[in-house]
Amino acid sequence: MPAMNIIQAVNDALDLAMAADPNVVVLGEDVGKFGGVFRATVGLQEKYGEDRVIDTPLAEAGIIGTAIGMGLYGLRPVAEIQFSDFIFPAYDQIVNELAKYRYRSGGEYPCPMVIRTPFGGGIRGGHYHSQSPEATFAHHAGLVCVAPSNPYDAKGLLLAALESEDPVMVFEPKRIYRGPAHGTNWNSHPKGNVPEGHYTVPIGKAEIARPLSGKGIPVTLITYGAMVETCREAAQKAAEEGIDVELIDLRSLVPYDLPAIVESVTRTGRAVVANEAPQTCGFAGEIVALIMEHCFDWLEAPPLRVTGYDTPFPYTLEYAYLPDTGRLLTALRKVARYA
Amino acid sequence: MSDTRTPSSAGGPPPVVIEPLSVLRADGTVVDPEFVESIPAEDIARLYEAMLAQRVYDDRMIKMQRQGRLGFYLACTGEEACAYGPAYALEDRDWMFPAYREPGVALWRGFPLQTWVDNLVGNCDDPVKGRQMPVHWTARAQNVVSISSPVGTQIPQCAGVAYGMKLRGDGGVSICFFGEGTSSEGDFHVGLNFAGVWKAPAIFFCRNNGYAISTPYEKTTATPHIALRAHGYGIRGQVVDGNDLFAVIKAVREAADWGRLGHGATLIEAKTYRVAAHSTSDDPKAYRSREEEDEWKSKDPLARLRPWLEARKLWDEDAEQAATKVASDAILAALAEAEKKPHPGIDTLFDDVFAERTPLIQAQADALQAHLASGEAAYKPTGSH
Repeated sequence: MPAMNIIQAVNDALDLAMAADPNVVVLGEDVGKFGGVFRATVGLQEKYGEDRVIDTPLAEAGIIGTAIGMGLYGLRPVAEIQFSDFIFPAYDQIVNELAKYRYRSGGEYPCPMVIRTPFGGGIRGGHYHSQSPEATFAHHAGLVCVAPSNPYDAKGLLLAALESEDPVMVFEPKRIYRGPAHGTNWNSHPKGNVPEGHYTVPIGKAEIARPLSGKGIPVTLITYGAMVETCREAAQKAAEEGIDVELIDLRSLVPYDLPAIVESVTRTGRAVVANEAPQTCGFAGEIVALIMEHCFDWLEAPPLRVTGYDTPFPYTLEYAYLPDTGRLLTALRKVARYA
Repeated sequence: MSDTRTPSSAGGPPPVVIEPLSVLRADGTVVDPEFVESIPAEDIARLYEAMLAQRVYDDRMIKMQRQGRLGFYLACTGEEACAYGPAYALEDRDWMFPAYREPGVALWRGFPLQTWVDNLVGNCDDPVKGRQMPVHWTARAQNVVSISSPVGTQIPQCAGVAYGMKLRGDGGVSICFFGEGTSSEGDFHVGLNFAGVWKAPAIFFCRNNGYAISTPYEKTTATPHIALRAHGYGIRGQVVDGNDLFAVIKAVREAADWGRLGHGATLIEAKTYRVAAHSTSDDPKAYRSREEEDEWKSKDPLARLRPWLEARKLWDEDAEQAATKVASDAILAALAEAEKKPHPGIDTLFDDVFAERTPLIQAQADALQAHLASGEAAYKPTGSH
C-alpha cells in the first residue's frame, strides 16, 4: 500500500470519484489550475477539464449556492471552502437551504453534495485561518458532519460522503495534513498506508484509535480531527503514570456513534472529551451530556472537557490556546484519581 | 441600445435594454403585431382564464386567512402576467425557482389545485407534509423547486442548475423569480456574477413591483433600473412591461433562446405593481397612496388583455362570469376537501431530515411515541382542521 498524507488521500478519493462518475464536479476558489491552496485538487483540472474542476469567483455564498443548484439537478458537487473560517458568507445557504432541502420539500428535492473545508489551528493562521466551527453546523438538523484524523479515513470518509444521499460536510484537519505532528510525515503511521482504489469508511462509526493495554487505571479519551494525534501523545505519557487510555476517534459528529461511546465509558467508568473549539456549546459538551445520560451509573468520576478557550483564536499565543498534552494529562489524572 | 433578438457580435458585451419591452399597451395599442400573431389567440384566452382564476383564488385565500382558516397568505394580484407569462414561454423541461408570488408557474404546468390547497392548509396530502408555512410549496413533477422564506437564496441555486444543464448539454434553461427588494441581497450579486462567468443558461426574473413590504423602490437602490445591473455582470438585461402578458412571454422566450444558443444568462426586470398587500400580515395604507394604487389599477394585466380578446370574439361578459364561477367553485371545493383531511401523521416529523433516520432521530421518534402513549402530551395527538 502506498504511503499517503491526508492531502494525497483526498486527492486520490476525488480522482477516483471523478473517473467513476461524470456527475462529480469540484468547485471552489483556486481549486482548478492551481490545485487548491493546500494542493488537495492538484492535477484534477488537467485530467477532467475546466468544466468539472471549476475555479469559481471568490464568493463562498456563490460556491455553495450554485453547488446546491448542481446537487438538486443531479450532479455531485464537491465544494471546497478554502478555510472553514471563510464559510460564514455561505452559512445561510448551508443552514437554511442545504440542510433543509429534503425536509422542506417533503423528500421531493434531496440535495446530496459534499463540502470540504480545512479546520483547526496550529498553522500560525490567527483568527481567520484557525477556527473550528464544526459544532455550529452539527447543531442544524440535516447536515452530516465528519472529521477524519488520518489519511486512511480521509479517503474512505470522502468516498463515503460522495456516495451518501445526504449533504456531507467534511472538516479536514489541516494541521496534520502532511504529518501526524509538526516535522513528521505519515509514512510510518499505520493510517498513512492508504489502499489504492475504492473503499469507504462508514459514516457514523467511531474507531478505537488506541486500545486499553490492561495496565493502569482505565480512562476513555474521546476526540476527533487533529486532536486525535495530540491525544495519542498524551495517552502515551499517561501510560507512564499508570493511566491506561482508550482513545476514541469519533470520525463522524453527525451522526455520532453513541454505542461506541457508551460501550467504552461503561467499561472504563471515566471519560475525558477534547475539542479544539471554545468550550461553550462545543461538540465535547454534547458528548459529555450523552455520557451523563447514558453512563451515569457506571461513572467513577465526573467527565471532563479539554477545549480551546472561550476567546477568539490567537496568532502569537496559539500554542497556549490549543489543548496540549499537558492539559490533557492534567484532566486524565484528575479523572483517574478522582476520590 | 441594441436589438435583443439577435446575439451580440462576438466579443461585445451582451445588450442591456432599458426601454421597456412592450407588445400590447395599456391603451390597447398593439406595438408588435408580428409577435402577437405568432401566438395562437386561443392560448392567450386560456392564459387569461388561468390568470382570472388565480385572482379569484387569491381573493378567496385572503378571505380565508381573515376568517382564521388559513395561517398566512401572499397574493399575486396585479402581477399575474409575471407568473403565467414565463410559465407559458418556457418548456416543461426548464426548471423554475419561484419566490412566493408565482403559484401560477406550477398550476399552469398541471400542479393540481387540490395539492396546492392541501399545502396551504398543511394537511396529510400536502407534499411538504405540513412542514412549511402556507405558500411554501414544492412541485417536483412540474420541475418547480421548493420555496424558502429567506429571499434571494434561489438565485445562485438557479445559476447552479443552469450550469448543470450546460454541462450536460441537455438544452434546458433555469429561471428564478424574485422581487426588486431582493436584488439588494448578496445572493443576487453572487448568483448573477457566477452565471455571467459561466455563461449559464439562467433567467433572472425580477418582478419590480415597487415595494419590499413597505420599503419603496427608491430606498432599495439608486439605480433607475434593476436591469442596468446586468451590464456589470456581463449578461443580457431587459426591461419589460410586467403587466403586458405578451411582452413578458416575448422577453422570456428571447432570454430562453439566448441561453439555449449558448450566450448565457439574462436579467429581466418586469415593471409591475403589487396591487395586493405584501401578505396577510401587511396593510399598505400605512405607506402608499390611494392615488398610486388607482393609477396602477388602470394598467392591470387582466383588464388590458380582455378588450383584445373580446375584439377577437374569444371572450365576453358571459365567459368572464362563467370562468369566475368555475374558479370560485373549484377553490371552495378544494378548500372544503383540504379542511376535511387530518394533519400529517405525527411520525412524519422525523422523516426526510436525512435519507434515512439516524439513530438519534429514531430514538427521538420513539420517545415521542412513548410520550403520546403516556397521555401526558399537552396537545391532541392527531388533530384535524
